[in-house]
Amino acid sequence: MSTRPQPLVVGAGPAGIRAAEALVAGGLRPLVVDEAPACGGQIYRQRLVPDGRSTRDLYGSEVGKADRLHAAFAAFEGKIDYWPQALLWNLRDGVADIVVAGATRRVSYDGLVLATGATDRVLPVPGWTLPGVFTLGGSQVALKAQGCAIGSRVVFAGSGPLLYLVAWQYMKAGVEVAAVLDAAPASAKLHLIKALPLDPGIVLRGTRFVAELRLRGVAIRTGIEGLRFEGEGRVSGVAWREGGRERRLACDGVGYGLALRSETQLADLAGCAFRFDERDRAWLPLRDAAGRSSVAGVYLAGDGAGIAGADAAERAGERVALALLEDRGLAFDKARAAGLEAELARIARLRDALEAAFPFPAHWAAAIDDATTLCRCEEVTAGTVREAASRFDIGEINRLKAVSRVGMGRCQGRMCAAASAEVLAAATGKPIEAAGRLRAQAPVKPIPLALQLAAEPAKLPEAAE
Amino acid sequence: MSRHLDVDVAVVGGGLVGSSAALALRNMGFGVALLDKGFCGAQASGVNYGGVRRQGRPLEQLPLSQRAHAIWPRLKGLIGIDGEFLRSGHLKLARSEDDMVSLEAYAATVADQGLDLELIGHNGLRERFPWVDGSILGASLCAGDGHANPRLVSAAFASAARRAGAHVLENTAVTGIARNGESFALEAGEGVSLKARFIINSAGAWADRFAADFGEPVPLTRIYPSMIVTEPVAPVMTVNIGMEGGGIYARQVERGNCVVGGERALPLDDPDFSRPRGDGVLAIMNRTAEVFPALRHAQAIRFWSGTEAAMPDRNPVIGFSDTTPGLIHAFGFTGAGFQIAPGVGEVLAELVRDGRTSTPIEAFSISRFSRPTSPADLDRTRYGSGAGPHPEPQPRGAST
Amino acid sequence: MSEDRLPLLRRITRKEHAAIAFTLDGAPCEGRAGDTLLSAILSRSDSLRRTEFSGEPRAGFCQMGACQDCWVMTETGERLRACTTPLQPGMRIVTMTGKAA
Ligand SMILES: Cc1cc2nc3c(=O)[nH]c(=O)nc-3n(C[C@H](O)[C@H](O)[C@H](O)COP(=O)(O)OP(=O)(O)OC[C@H]3O[C@@H](n4cnc5c(N)ncnc54)[C@H](O)[C@@H]3O)c2cc1C
Ligand code: FES
Repeated sequence: MSTRPQPLVVGAGPAGIRAAEALVAGGLRPLVVDEAPACGGQIYRQRLVPDGRSTRDLYGSEVGKADRLHAAFAAFEGKIDYWPQALLWNLRDGVADIVVAGATRRVSYDGLVLATGATDRVLPVPGWTLPGVFTLGGSQVALKAQGCAIGSRVVFAGSGPLLYLVAWQYMKAGVEVAAVLDAAPASAKLHLIKALPLDPGIVLRGTRFVAELRLRGVAIRTGIEGLRFEGEGRVSGVAWREGGRERRLACDGVGYGLALRSETQLADLAGCAFRFDERDRAWLPLRDAAGRSSVAGVYLAGDGAGIAGADAAERAGERVALALLEDRGLAFDKARAAGLEAELARIARLRDALEAAFPFPAHWAAAIDDATTLCRCEEVTAGTVREAASRFDIGEINRLKAVSRVGMGRCQGRMCAAASAEVLAAATGKPIEAAGRLRAQAPVKPIPLALQLAAEPAKLPEAAE
Repeated sequence: MSRHLDVDVAVVGGGLVGSSAALALRNMGFGVALLDKGFCGAQASGVNYGGVRRQGRPLEQLPLSQRAHAIWPRLKGLIGIDGEFLRSGHLKLARSEDDMVSLEAYAATVADQGLDLELIGHNGLRERFPWVDGSILGASLCAGDGHANPRLVSAAFASAARRAGAHVLENTAVTGIARNGESFALEAGEGVSLKARFIINSAGAWADRFAADFGEPVPLTRIYPSMIVTEPVAPVMTVNIGMEGGGIYARQVERGNCVVGGERALPLDDPDFSRPRGDGVLAIMNRTAEVFPALRHAQAIRFWSGTEAAMPDRNPVIGFSDTTPGLIHAFGFTGAGFQIAPGVGEVLAELVRDGRTSTPIEAFSISRFSRPTSPADLDRTRYGSGAGPHPEPQPRGAST
Repeated sequence: MSEDRLPLLRRITRKEHAAIAFTLDGAPCEGRAGDTLLSAILSRSDSLRRTEFSGEPRAGFCQMGACQDCWVMTETGERLRACTTPLQPGMRIVTMTGKAA
């Protein structure tokens, strides 16, 4: 028996689950924490109660993966410590502060796997804060986990593979989809040809979504500009420009998003070094092919370390677990590790092609009008941000935050940091990476002032080695 | 990129002390360079608690503090913004009879300094400040004190100095200063050299290095006060709150957020950087909920800390070097520099122009440390990586 | 918010699941077993809160605990993030109006 504390896995999505599974197989007993009430992460999120739909209804073509992942978790759940509905709000010096069941606990760990996933990336457009406008991910959560539609006549707008997927899922659920508004020009989809040999399944599935949407009469518009959501007190329509013409459509719900952004706060608090990633247009924690960060004992897997999708997340989760075992001097399967890395490299090439097919409309940032809210928490407008940047001669995002409050609210910049950097870069005429990276600050999500330390310090079983 | 500047005064450190000095000097017509290893106002000056108070300061600081007090309401004219300065009053709470005795003693000591302190008993407190928990016994109110937004004030002083014609060099760490005949030669950043008649050492928690370089070691230590801020809530606190004997200090900004400080954070591996500890912020949060019951359910949304220079006698070092003509020190504000900094800036400018100042600063002379020091006094955090730009400023700060 | 405004969300499943009673700004309401607080509220209303600064209505955005735009309060002041809080019988919810603490 060793006296080393157990490893901590943050996130029970595809990456976290496969990491925990491989750690258990390697003889360790990790603690797995996740904010959600059940495992699965975003894509394989589970319902709170059965609702008459089958898992095939829920996960579609991915049902096999979802069922296997949930089953894998169930199989090893007795061999880990699992805290669902737990928020890890601070990390320092090998100690994690975690709120669970209304109290906070301080947990020492030896080996930290961050599998924190992603949320939607957005650029503000007029009306994006109106009730009835949700992210694409949020629209999907409503349907998948809650069996609720975000409206009766819905428009999906933005970019990214999720755009067509969610529209298709709504259509299949019997909801009227008024239109799909794609920021990318139609020609961008030609890049999918490069993706075809890497993963024919994905490309064909996407093509089928588009075809079926068209077949059912859903208007699909590409290369849209000047997107805005309209309504008094709630969304009642969308407007956009297309080939110089103004267009307008009535609707009572909008799903909007421009692909995903990684949740990197905990990697930042853990002290990981970051680098600018061209493809994601984001600062991401540095990692080697195995998923080791720049900090010894901290490992990064899944979308939280860079957007690569659920299949990559499963592999990356397992791969970092093998790295953790290796670093701890435990036996691990070298050939398996190499095989996982090869698959991850293939998926990375696939992602390059997908990114080209669903490009981020960075040029929208300069066009955001001054009156549009940029930071929805602090209600800071784009105009205020531009004014602050010029008054104080600022080209760096943390300084911009200090003088304009952008990113200072409850969400800690999750919804506005990427957009603020784009607006700042557009205003200063510098490349986006020059704007720098908004530093993470604890608590990563709000916690109540009266939060108490759990009376019993969590007695964590030591890892059997 | 090599660059050479010839100025009257090189100000080393672009916090509020350095920036306000640079602005005052420019307004007197001097040629000024303001250098910072990171961004101006990104360190203690920009991330501190934001208390603008005279109450509680040692007697010898009060003349300087009064001078600064006159500047705060004039910020708009001086730097273009009011810095969200609110003359709310500062209420110092007593938790025990002993605390109350100390507050009374302080009020007596500073009676002729013009602070107009008002001692308030338990009943008066219940009546006028019912949002303070009933367990608090009494308080002392300084109605003329208040609070402001440090992020704006410090950045605006640096911008104003720039607009007034100062050379503001950010991400430009001063790496060496040498006395060269009648002037100084400075090396900074990548290939920047300066010639200056005067040096102002306003390098905050990094200032001891420059003092030591000129044969004036000082017992400077670094402190890392912890801060929390809540989500916006309905108006609760009408005054800036302090506590006798320490504990927490708290203020509510007009937008509704409550900023609360207390405890000490810990430096990270690189001691230039710090972040609050989980147990430290929890202690602040819980105490806030106890002292202000209306905030019981409010949420904390952000924590931060900063790096501040502290002197063992809690007084700063302000004034001419003992060893080197033309060198002027201004550092070591020990968690209370925000309010007096604009006054210090004016004083420093007077020292350059006149060789003396109308405000008494003898108590802050660096010579008070030139007596033989015990090794314990010198036991301080090792120098951090003071050199090198910090493209991403860390939250750092100090309390007042 | 008033009852004559159409709700934002439309139920597709769980329409016949057990009713769960709660109150919304004092008015008795019903959700369904398996609801999050967000689904329960937006299935009968069109906003969750008003912002502190402009007073604009908001109804959440991300539905996955990231945007923090769906915080509501209980009558006794506890904060609940609607999209990640399962509906419990007897919850007494007030939607945040302005700077109400
Ligand atoms: C809304 C959304 C919808 C998507 N839909 C699809 C889709 O339909 N098809 C598709 O192919 N891909 C989809 N993707 C992409 C896919 O979900 C990801 O590629 C994949 O889930 C990544 O796996 P992961 O394990 O890295 O992250 P996730 O699955 O997101 O898991 C991370 C987990 O970490 C937890 N966590 C994070 N921080 C903390 C903390 N501080 N304390 C405690 N727990 C924490 C989170 O609660 C979450 O459960 C979607 C992504 C999103 C965001
Ligand atoms: S809707 Fe975004 S946190 Fe709840």
